[in-house]
Amino acid sequence: MADNALIQKIKPTVAASPHFKSHETSQGMMLDVIIALVPALVASVWIFGPRALAVNAVSVVSCVLFEYITRKLLKRDNTIKDLSAVVTGLLLAFNLPSTLPLWMIPIGAFVAIVVVKQFFGGIGQNFVNPALMGRIVLMVSFAGPMSKWVEPYKWGETVDAVTTATPLFEIQNGTTPTPDLLDMLIGQRAGCLGETCAIALIIGGLYLLIRKVISPSIPLTFIGTVAVFMLIAGKGDPNYLAYNLLGGGLLIGAIFMATDYATCPLTSKGKIIYGIGCGLVAALIRQFGSYNEGVSFAIILMNLLVPHIDNLTKLKPFGYIKEKKQKEAKAE
Amino acid sequence: MAENKCSLRKEFTKGLLRENPVLRLVLGTCPTLATSTSMVNAIGMGIAATLVLVCSNIVISALRKVIPDKVRIPAYVVIIASFVTIVQMIVKAFVPALDAALGVYLPLIVVNCIILGRAEAFANKNPVIASAVDGLGMGIGFTAALFCMATIREFLGNGSLFAEAQDLLGVFGDNVLGGFNGITILNTPMTIFILPAGGFFVFGVLIALSNKIGDKKKLPKAELHGCESCPLASTCSKVVSEREDKKI
Repeated sequence: MADNALIQKIKPTVAASPHFKSHETSQGMMLDVIIALVPALVASVWIFGPRALAVNAVSVVSCVLFEYITRKLLKRDNTIKDLSAVVTGLLLAFNLPSTLPLWMIPIGAFVAIVVVKQFFGGIGQNFVNPALMGRIVLMVSFAGPMSKWVEPYKWGETVDAVTTATPLFEIQNGTTPTPDLLDMLIGQRAGCLGETCAIALIIGGLYLLIRKVISPSIPLTFIGTVAVFMLIAGKGDPNYLAYNLLGGGLLIGAIFMATDYATCPLTSKGKIIYGIGCGLVAALIRQFGSYNEGVSFAIILMNLLVPHIDNLTKLKPFGYIKEKKQKEAKAE
Repeated sequence: MAENKCSLRKEFTKGLLRENPVLRLVLGTCPTLATSTSMVNAIGMGIAATLVLVCSNIVISALRKVIPDKVRIPAYVVIIASFVTIVQMIVKAFVPALDAALGVYLPLIVVNCIILGRAEAFANKNPVIASAVDGLGMGIGFTAALFCMATIREFLGNGSLFAEAQDLLGVFGDNVLGGFNGITILNTPMTIFILPAGGFFVFGVLIALSNKIGDKKKLPKAELHGCESCPLASTCSKVVSEREDKKI
């Protein structure tokens, strides 16, 4: 119903045949993304304890509430049913440390939903990834609480959370990281809620690939570029490479954030350029920047370049001659 | 005579909101964003710019028949620069802390678009008194806009109001107002509002608000587009010549 109303409102132009009918809806797609995020959600609660559940809950509830309130105030139709606000809420929570004071989360949700998404026209119109923008605003605003990392929660023990450095920070500063590579794989390490458990993220990513929600080109080029860069930067040290790939938010960024439909290029060539760009910027920030994690900034930066990438990689219609050649042909 | 007074009042009030240089004409964005991080800086910058604006408007208006048209911009810059030098020396001598806080933005008033803009759009075709009143109105409008932005940015970004107030109050001797040096309200401020990103955000929101308030007397939609809708349309040579073309 709502889709029909939307189609009537925007009056899409009918392109040349062949036409193609699909039963995909944004709701169905968002549901797929949520299903793909469930392993990471379970892992985050397992790793960081009940506090992680609270952060997730506050983030999702505030995102949905902000979506509902802004749509109501702007007198637009209600869109919380398309579940995109839930996805944004989950992704925002996955990008926060578990110790963050709960009152800060709605500020991030406000930036994500109201400023980035609804001010620009709602679902599909956001110019950058909403959840990442929420995270960056929180990170720039509350640098202290946003980079306070704790060791994984020990179930059944009543000890206070122990503050520690992230493995990414340790490897970049030349010290041996505390967690070993197996811990890195299953996520028993300090970091943001959803970024630690590599296996859960990869399972989610594979699910999205099988369901054809995302195409593999962006995650593969993104991770591949970082891998090549880190192999060179670490002078071939496999440990340096492994910690750089599994540490930080590279996996969640490449699989779930960089592939957001509204903010990634449409053409397959564009997707490759975009993925390489993301990887390069992220690796450069990690290697030379003052922050030791640059994935979020890299994705936001490349999001802003997407319209230009799309323009440069526009598909040529069959038999199309360049304007210059057309003029030459006319002159002849 | 009555008509004259009325128009003078109009010249004065237009700078406050209707043609506010920062929020409606979007001039002087650079000093606005740079110096609106604290309320004390904003007031200091506003006063300095207003002083220069009034003085330069008076002199340029008085010399408007002497300055050759082709070299008017260099002439304006020389006049403005001399006033800026005077103001900067005064600030350095009496409020050195403010001079340190404003840094390069104080001498940069020389190329401030508001001042050059008023010289070009108003002072070079209007009498001295009208130009002085126009400069005063625009200067106060600039200060008010800076102050609004700085209040929001300092409160959210630094959690304080009137921080380092003694920098300015120091002119009147030590311990004015019982050594009042600002109050801190928020313990965990959102640093982003002190940074340029937050500055642009506040700037955008204030422009939107002032457009909402300023456009109460709504123009028909068609008139809102193109050069005709610009607040400077009455003085802009392009619009005037276009109008004349239409008449012909």
